[in-house]
Order: sequence, then structure tokens, then C-alpha cells
Amino acid sequence: MGNVFVIAEQKDGHVKRVSLEILSELTRQGVAATAVVPGFGDLSKVTDNLVNHGAAKVVVLEHEALNQYNTEAYTNALHQYLSSQNPSVIVTGATSHGKDFLPRLAAKFTTGIAVDCTSFQLSGDKVSVRRPVYAGKCSKQVEFSGAPAIFSVRPNVLAVQTGSKSGSVEKVAANPGTVKAKIVSTVASQIKKVELTEADIIISGGRSLKSADNFKILTDCAATVGAAVGASRAAVDAGYAPHDMQVGQTGKTVSPKLYIACGISGAIQHLAGMRTSKVIVAINKDPEAPIFQKADYGIVGDLFEVVPLLTEELKKLKSQS
Amino acid sequence: MNIIVLIKQVPDTETKVRITADKRGIETNDIKWVINPYDEFAIEEGLKTKERLKEGLVSVVTVGPDRTVEALRTAVAMGADNAIHVKTESVLDTYLVAKALAEVCKKENANIIFTGKQAIDDDQAATFGYVAELLQFPSASVVVKCDISPDKSKATVEQEGDGGAKNVIETSLPAVLAVNKGINTPRYASLPGIMKAKKKEIKTYTLTDLGLGAENSKTIDSDYQLPPERAAGKKLQGDASAQAKELVRLLREEAKVI
Repeated sequence: MGNVFVIAEQKDGHVKRVSLEILSELTRQGVAATAVVPGFGDLSKVTDNLVNHGAAKVVVLEHEALNQYNTEAYTNALHQYLSSQNPSVIVTGATSHGKDFLPRLAAKFTTGIAVDCTSFQLSGDKVSVRRPVYAGKCSKQVEFSGAPAIFSVRPNVLAVQTGSKSGSVEKVAANPGTVKAKIVSTVASQIKKVELTEADIIISGGRSLKSADNFKILTDCAATVGAAVGASRAAVDAGYAPHDMQVGQTGKTVSPKLYIACGISGAIQHLAGMRTSKVIVAINKDPEAPIFQKADYGIVGDLFEVVPLLTEELKKLKSQS
Repeated sequence: MNIIVLIKQVPDTETKVRITADKRGIETNDIKWVINPYDEFAIEEGLKTKERLKEGLVSVVTVGPDRTVEALRTAVAMGADNAIHVKTESVLDTYLVAKALAEVCKKENANIIFTGKQAIDDDQAATFGYVAELLQFPSASVVVKCDISPDKSKATVEQEGDGGAKNVIETSLPAVLAVNKGINTPRYASLPGIMKAKKKEIKTYTLTDLGLGAENSKTIDSDYQLPPERAAGKKLQGDASAQAKELVRLLREEAKVI
């Protein structure tokens, strides 16, 4: 394998876990990779973390304009550096930023792209990835006919492990180029929410929640275990939850360790978006609901009764540990 | 103002996917084809933009085989002024589709380009970025609000960020905006619209017309697979309180996820 680059993502001096997941997988495959991290200021925690997870080398692309994410600045700086390095593989996390800049970077390299891959194999000169399509109703293998091969990896799928810890760190002055679109302000959500696609645990509600206010039952339960709250399309269309909470084919595709579906019947579009969750729990009044076919654990019952009891049990568990 | 909307025809979300014998794709007979749901929001935003500015032409563009003309006609029935079809029987990758779309945008002197944030078949969410970079336009993804300045030189858009945050982005025009559900409510086609769409002349290009006759896809798909079936698990017994207790125990001790 030629030169392999992992574009690592950091926010406020903390590295995103998916960057470490990718480095861990490369270590398992015996591939030495360079981690490239755009940013500014003290990034020692980030670079330490990348080295600890197997980066043979870490390159900080440094520029004040890269302190905050910007589509064009990131694309330009990454392209300027990477195009001088004869890359054969460029990989990053399929986060909102990764999905935003990677197609532009691929266009600059006049090459193909595979987004949101759930596995990849680098051996010899061959790069082969697998990615879900139709929101996970099926998956396909993708190979690249041109170089570099550019792809992104879905968060939460690959295991994290520490590596050789012997990598070096280098700083390179970056050139963010001309920027025509700028983020002028960011309005945080009123409630601090865990991002669905990166959450370990998701508790989702369907139309049987009956109102936006009732989602509080799920929010309370989620708070006990640091979970994100999701919703079915039916709940979103009924106005009980905003669209950024929607899980499924016209929402987000998620693969948490634990997915708890409350009052969700399990329409094909919803199942497609959450079926790769490691453990699925279904709570539903209707014993015939299709969701039970996919669930590892099922509770036939009224979510308004079961979920608060579950919250209490989880609280007890937390107070014991 | 030349408002361009890039659309894709995709299988309806109800579609039960079946893999072809050679595993290089999915069975397409019996599929109900629809406009990619996110592209419907893009069409609506194109029409709304024209209405707000009280001028401009909305042109919809798609790449694909003959059946995709139906998607163009639906967009015209909703109110689009022009329809452009890049006709190809081959399955192209994101790179080549974006190349074709970018060439059309150049021919049409695009002032603003709307498209859906992703197509729900291939889920790449990459076409908008390729097109923007190929045209050297700025771009914004996951857009849920769009305001264009009265002099039409710039747009202020709202982008959905992680964890429910909203980014306000200012961009010069021309630009490519990939829109998300929530930006608007797509209108239904009107009866006169449907009549007009039936007779609408569709401008057609081949890849050769666009100077892409010698270009090939950069990625090769194979080995389509259905996901492994999940075995139905256990239903917990007892009253609600016993079930909740047992669930937490199983998640902790058996599944080890909490």
C-alpha cells in the first residue's frame, strides 16, 4: 500500500472518536498511516491521542482560519498539503464535516468517492470498501479505478484500540485559500443533545408518544445513560420531534451499541436506518409489531408505563456503580 | 436569475430491495420510481426563490435513462420552467454524474443551484460537493433556510449542525445549496401544471454532447448483499416493573451495553 492518510477531526482540542476508530482498524491491517489534522492552537491532546492509536506520523495543518470548520478552507488546505504527498488512500470519518468537505476534495483530485463505509480492506495496491445503500436495505462493495482512493467511515462501527505509540508529530503551515462561504454564527440547540449518528445509546419514540411534550419521558430516560433521543418519521411528520431527530431512510442512519425503540412499529424505512445497531430493544403495545422481529429484547407493553420504570431502574444501576 | 435544481429519480422508500443475480445492483422491474424526497424540497426552494425575487427561470436537470424524464415532467408540473435530461443508459458513479451536471450548469449560466442533501438510493450525499468544486462555487450542505439578498449577490442560509445546532452561513452567489427536509413544504402539481408538463419539450444531452464521451466512472460497484437477518430475540415476561428490571439486568449482564 502506498501513502495512506487519515484526515482526523478535532473540535476544541478534542479528537473525534471515529478518527481513532479508523487508525485502530489500519493498525489491525498492518497499514502505517499519517494522520492529518487541520486546526490551530494547542492540539497536543489531539496529536497524543492520534499517536497512541497507531498514527505513524501526525501532521498538524496549522492556520488560524482552520480553528473553526469551514468547507472551502478545509478543502483547500487539505488539498494543498495532500497533493504534495502522492497519496494513494485518503480516509476520514463520515461526520457532518467529513461528509461536507470530502466530495470537494475528491473533485480536486479528479477521483471517486465512497461515503459512510462500514468496513474497508487495504491490501497490496487494492482498496476495497463496503458501504450500505438504500439506507441499509442492502450494501455493496466499492473499488477504485483511479488514485487516490477517497472514502469516509461510519462512526461507531470499528473498534478502538491503542497502537504502537511511536509516531512523530510535525506542524505544517497551511494555506486555506479563498473562502466564499463563511459560518457567521452558530445557534446551539436549547437542550444539549448528543449527536444521533455518533451516540452509543439511542432511545427513539414513534407516533404513539402522542405529543412533543411526551418526548420528555424519553429525554429523562436518555439522560440517565447519556443517550441521544431519536424519532420515527411518523413522530416527526406529526410534529412531535424535529427532523434532525429522525432515524430512517429519509432521516439519519445510525448504528449505536444499544437502540431502544419505544412505540415504533418498525416500518421498512425505519428498520433500514437502525438495523445495524448492535442490540435492539423494542417496547410496543402491539405484540404483532414488525419491530419485534428485529429486536433482541422485546417488551409488549405500554411505553408510558414501561419507560418511566426503566428510567428508575437505570438510575438505580447508576447509583450502584 | 438562472435557478438550477439538480434532481434524481430513485425507488420509492417502500421498495423492498432484491439483488440481481450478478450482484451488481438491485432488481428494477416492479419498482415505483419517484423524485428523491430531498430533491422535492430543492424543487420547491427553487420555485419559492423565483417567487420571492419575482424574476428568474427554474430549470430542473437529471442524469439517467429514459424513465427519468418522468421525474423532470413531475418537476415541470410543480412549476419548473425548463427541464434538461442528460440521457444515458449506463450506471454512472457520483463523480461522472457530477461532471455531467456541472457541464449543464455551465451551459445554463447557473446563478444558484439547489439539490437535495442526499439521494436516498445511493446515500452518498456527495454530488453537491463535486458539482460545487468543479464549478469553483461555494457550497453549503444540510440547508434548512435560505434568504437571498435583494441585489442577488449573496445568500444567508441556515445549516443543520451536529446535535441540533444551527449554523448561519453567508455565501456569495453563485453557490450550490444542498437542502434538507424542513426547509419548506413541497407543493403538489396543479392540474394545468400537469397538462403543461405533458407537452413540455425536454432539452436532451448525451455525455458526448457534454464533452464527457471518453470519461469513465472512478469507482466500481460489486457484490451487493442483503444485510444478515436478525434473529427475533426474547420477549420479556411479567408485569411492567418486572420487565423493566429484567431488561436492565439483561442489557448489563448478557448484552453488556450499559
